[in-house]
Amino acid sequence: MGNKQTIFTAQQLFDRYRDLAPQLVPLDYTNHPDVKLPYELIGSMPELKDNPFRQRIAEVFSEDGEGNMTLDDFLDMFSVLSEMAPRDLKASYAFKIYDFNNDDFICKSDLEKTLNRLTRNELTEDEVRMVCEKVIDEADLDNDGRLSLEDFQHMIVRAPDFLSTFHIRI
Amino acid sequence: MPRDSLITSENDIDIGLEFAGDEDEVSSFQEEHERERHRAKRRDGDREKKKRRKGRRRRASRAGEREDELQARHEKREAGRRKRAKNYQESEGRERDEEEQAQIKTGKTAKTKKNIKNEKTRKVEQEEGEAEERNAKGKKKHGSAKKEEKDEDGGKCAAKEKTQEVKKKKHKRVVETSSEQETSEEDVNEEEDSEEKELRPESLSPEELEKLKEAVDERKKLIQGLRGKPWSMKKKLVTLRESQEFVEKYEGALGKGKGRKLYAYKVMMAKKWMKFQRDFENFKTACIPWEMKIKEIESHFGSSVASYFIFLRWMYGINMILFGLTFGLVMVPEALMGRPYGSIPRKTVPRAEEASAMDFAVLWDFGGYAQYSVLFYGYYNNQRAIGWLKFRMPLSYFLVGVGTVAYSYMVVIRTMARNANESGVGDDNSFNFSWKTFTSWDYLIGNPETADNKFASITTSFKEAILEEQESRKDDNIHLTRFLRVLANFLVLCCLAGSGYLIYFVVRRSQKFALDGLDTHTWWERNEVNMVMSLLGMFCPMLFDVISALENYHPRVALQWQLGRIFALFLGNLYTFIIALMDEINLKREEEKIVKFNITTWEASLYNSTVSENSTGPPITIQPADVPRGPCWETMVGQEFVRLIISDTMTTYITLLIGDFLRAVLVRFLNYCWCWDLEAGFPSYSEFDVSGNVLGLIFNQGMIWMGAFYAPCLPALNVLRLHVSMYLQCWAVMCCNVPQERVFKASGSNNFYMAMLLVILFLSTLPAIYTIVTIPPSFDCGPFSGKKRMFDVIQETLESDFPAWFSKVFSSASNPGLVLPFILLMVLAIYYLQSTSKSYKEANVELKKKLQTQNEENKKKNKRAALKAQMDLEEARKAASQTAEQQKNNNASLQDQEADEEENHSSSQRLYHGKNRRNPPAPVREQGLPATRAPVPRNYHHGNHGAPGYLPGFPRQSEPRMHRVPSLQRH
Repeated sequence: MGNKQTIFTAQQLFDRYRDLAPQLVPLDYTNHPDVKLPYELIGSMPELKDNPFRQRIAEVFSEDGEGNMTLDDFLDMFSVLSEMAPRDLKASYAFKIYDFNNDDFICKSDLEKTLNRLTRNELTEDEVRMVCEKVIDEADLDNDGRLSLEDFQHMIVRAPDFLSTFHIRI
Repeated sequence: MPRDSLITSENDIDIGLEFAGDEDEVSSFQEEHERERHRAKRRDGDREKKKRRKGRRRRASRAGEREDELQARHEKREAGRRKRAKNYQESEGRERDEEEQAQIKTGKTAKTKKNIKNEKTRKVEQEEGEAEERNAKGKKKHGSAKKEEKDEDGGKCAAKEKTQEVKKKKHKRVVETSSEQETSEEDVNEEEDSEEKELRPESLSPEELEKLKEAVDERKKLIQGLRGKPWSMKKKLVTLRESQEFVEKYEGALGKGKGRKLYAYKVMMAKKWMKFQRDFENFKTACIPWEMKIKEIESHFGSSVASYFIFLRWMYGINMILFGLTFGLVMVPEALMGRPYGSIPRKTVPRAEEASAMDFAVLWDFGGYAQYSVLFYGYYNNQRAIGWLKFRMPLSYFLVGVGTVAYSYMVVIRTMARNANESGVGDDNSFNFSWKTFTSWDYLIGNPETADNKFASITTSFKEAILEEQESRKDDNIHLTRFLRVLANFLVLCCLAGSGYLIYFVVRRSQKFALDGLDTHTWWERNEVNMVMSLLGMFCPMLFDVISALENYHPRVALQWQLGRIFALFLGNLYTFIIALMDEINLKREEEKIVKFNITTWEASLYNSTVSENSTGPPITIQPADVPRGPCWETMVGQEFVRLIISDTMTTYITLLIGDFLRAVLVRFLNYCWCWDLEAGFPSYSEFDVSGNVLGLIFNQGMIWMGAFYAPCLPALNVLRLHVSMYLQCWAVMCCNVPQERVFKASGSNNFYMAMLLVILFLSTLPAIYTIVTIPPSFDCGPFSGKKRMFDVIQETLESDFPAWFSKVFSSASNPGLVLPFILLMVLAIYYLQSTSKSYKEANVELKKKLQTQNEENKKKNKRAALKAQMDLEEARKAASQTAEQQKNNNASLQDQEADEEENHSSSQRLYHGKNRRNPPAPVREQGLPATRAPVPRNYHHGNHGAPGYLPGFPRQSEPRMHRVPSLQRH
């Protein structure tokens, strides 16, 4: 249990959620109002606004898949991206984030999108293609030309920096 | 109340979030969410439940019938209703009431008990109308044969329970934390699981109990692992609630009679303990100093800069402990219990210095009163035991010195081992590109500038990796590169030698100045040594940086070279300093001999004079300040180190203020009126130099370790310094630095720094130990004065403080005959451990290799399979195209003789026969094909709708089928 840092409390999270749109979110959640914050607001949070994958993050964690988040989605997002979330959980959500077309596989087009967001389109097409090939070559264990969740997990659990970088803090 | 109990259950486990602070509100709105969901679910489950209710009721009636309890039961039910009505809105409450009633009949001890409790505690408040309505509803629903007895009292089972409950109430209530409403929810969801277990615990057979226990354990496991499940928050919450309810309800049912009581108690204690642990963890987290500051920096600058501050904090922790040791066991006892200032010569400022002893310049140099205080070695008395505690001061001093070093070794090595464990996982390079792709973005970054830098650095790292990949290890001009590298190293060596000589020269010069007396020289001449060392430490790295541009290394390699060179520079400087200090020590010892001789003559003359003047009177008391004394080299060494630390600290701070802050201010504000862009162009803002700062910290620590024995105040000074630099650097980083472009990865470099620290620790303890062991202590100052060697204090203690046999054992154990074999044994053990670890490592590498080849093999196999499938596909496609052609022909002929359909059929059949005979379909293809009912090919179909003219068993090659073939490859 909380043997690491207590980074943010749920109350803080709620405050953050509410601060995004005080006119939309009621203070009193006892009547569980059906409130959703649009992606524009979520994506402009300082924690996310510089992240090249912010739209994916919002889409993955939102229930409607469009980036519009309820409070539950919001809590969910920060729970997974908290420091205490277990590695496997993080890995499975990271997979979802990098799976741009939601087909449960990371294929070449997903990789290209990832790369272009990571480098802001600074790499040439040839370079992108080469990196994609290398990635698939390295991580694709069943050789179907794309990465399944298992491939991804197999690769990511060995990554030295994954846990230290795949979290967000408020 | 349900809310309270909800919160406690919330506390037992958190779903990914830490509910540190205001749990109430959050849990309350989460609860609300959940409740709503449950309501919906319940509505769905209602139908199902009605079916089940019948059976349950039968069971209940079987269990026991007691009419006399009717009244009590009725009251109880009403109480429950009232409570519910209070909690929820009316309409919802009614709905729930139905549930409640159903639940009462299922016979839950827990719930009824709760109700009773509520009844007692709550003020009575009638709501008859609602009750009536509910009863009616219940009646309608039940509508079974046993209506009469049931509807009047609402179910025997509950009544029976009530009696039971009266018995158990007292002790069982303790475990009861669940709320009514939750039990009802749980009831809906857990129907299947709990059907069997709804019997009273007493009536359970051992197997059933066993089963129940298993179920409970399972639930517990579920709760434990819930956070790791990739579910949405809603699902997690629902599952958590359900499981917790289940566990809470049935945990108490395990065990019998007295055992149950004990069990309940144990469960409660476990819960309390868990809660306490949670709170304690939170408390501990809250106690970690500077956590928020570091996190803030981390989110602006990424993890590598934060790693410096974490390192700084770690250092601070170590120094705190060292400070605690020296302060608590050496300085305070001496100050409190030792002889006061001025009582003996070593504790008094000499007459010659008295006039200037309080001057700030002198104090700043740690002379005057500062020199003759607990801060330095010389002040301590060699009195064996001091104060009423009989505190063994010299022994304590010695042991603290040894303990400081030992503790430092322990901590550093332990940390290194831990780091090695962590980094041991991912040292292979097999996923280079994948890791770059998926883990290079630091999600912590929350600052546009940092993000820009990160983008740039990721791009460069990709380009580098691509280049490395493409490059076939050939250099365009290997001779030139080699020459340049040799040249660069030569230049660096020159720098190192030059700086070493400079320091040596300066130290010698300062000795000359010291002999002349400090007052005759300027401030610069007095502080030359420290200033020169600090300046060298500042400018040489820059020089190295310039030189390393010659070498054309990969940035990471270049950085390591750079670090190595700075390390060598610092080390060289430090050792030159020490060597010069050794010279000085020897000089002082010469001086000491002379002083010693002089003192004897002085004493003799004093004695003679007193004897001659008044032989009978008491000997005149000489002021301790007037007594001539030796130079006390230990204090001198301590002073040197303290001065070094002070000047080093000052240089660091001033560099920080000028190099970072002033530069940032100038760049920021001159930019408005300058001819080029200062921010993007030449001066720009300074980067935060992680490696340089870490090195500085490491060397600072090395000096502390070296000098701490002779100046007990050093750890205290260092704590102060680290404390200040924590705040100052945090501030400087946040306000005037930009993130590095070249990022030295935080996780990979930790052990590199630790290794440096270990080397420094070793190298800095060497001279300290050397001086302790070989040089006899001064005769008139320090705790070991009068002894031949400092470590004699151990022997003295053994002889006088321990029983005789102990010292005998010790001395016999310390004779070479025993020590040598022991050392040999240790060496052997080390050798053995080392070789085993080596073999383990080799086995590890071997296994890794095996795994890799296995991977390759698998890949190859898969590739082969894929290739085969591809070929089959090709074949099938060919066949298909042939068929299509034939069909086309067929179609052409078909159009000619449209009228005669029968003939057409027969011909097509014939054609298929022929085709199938020509190239029989591959077995792979066969699998994917439906046997008979495949869609008709369009070409053919076009003419004759609904004409089933194919023979069963003859697979046809049609378009849709072709698409199935590739799917085989996937499996």
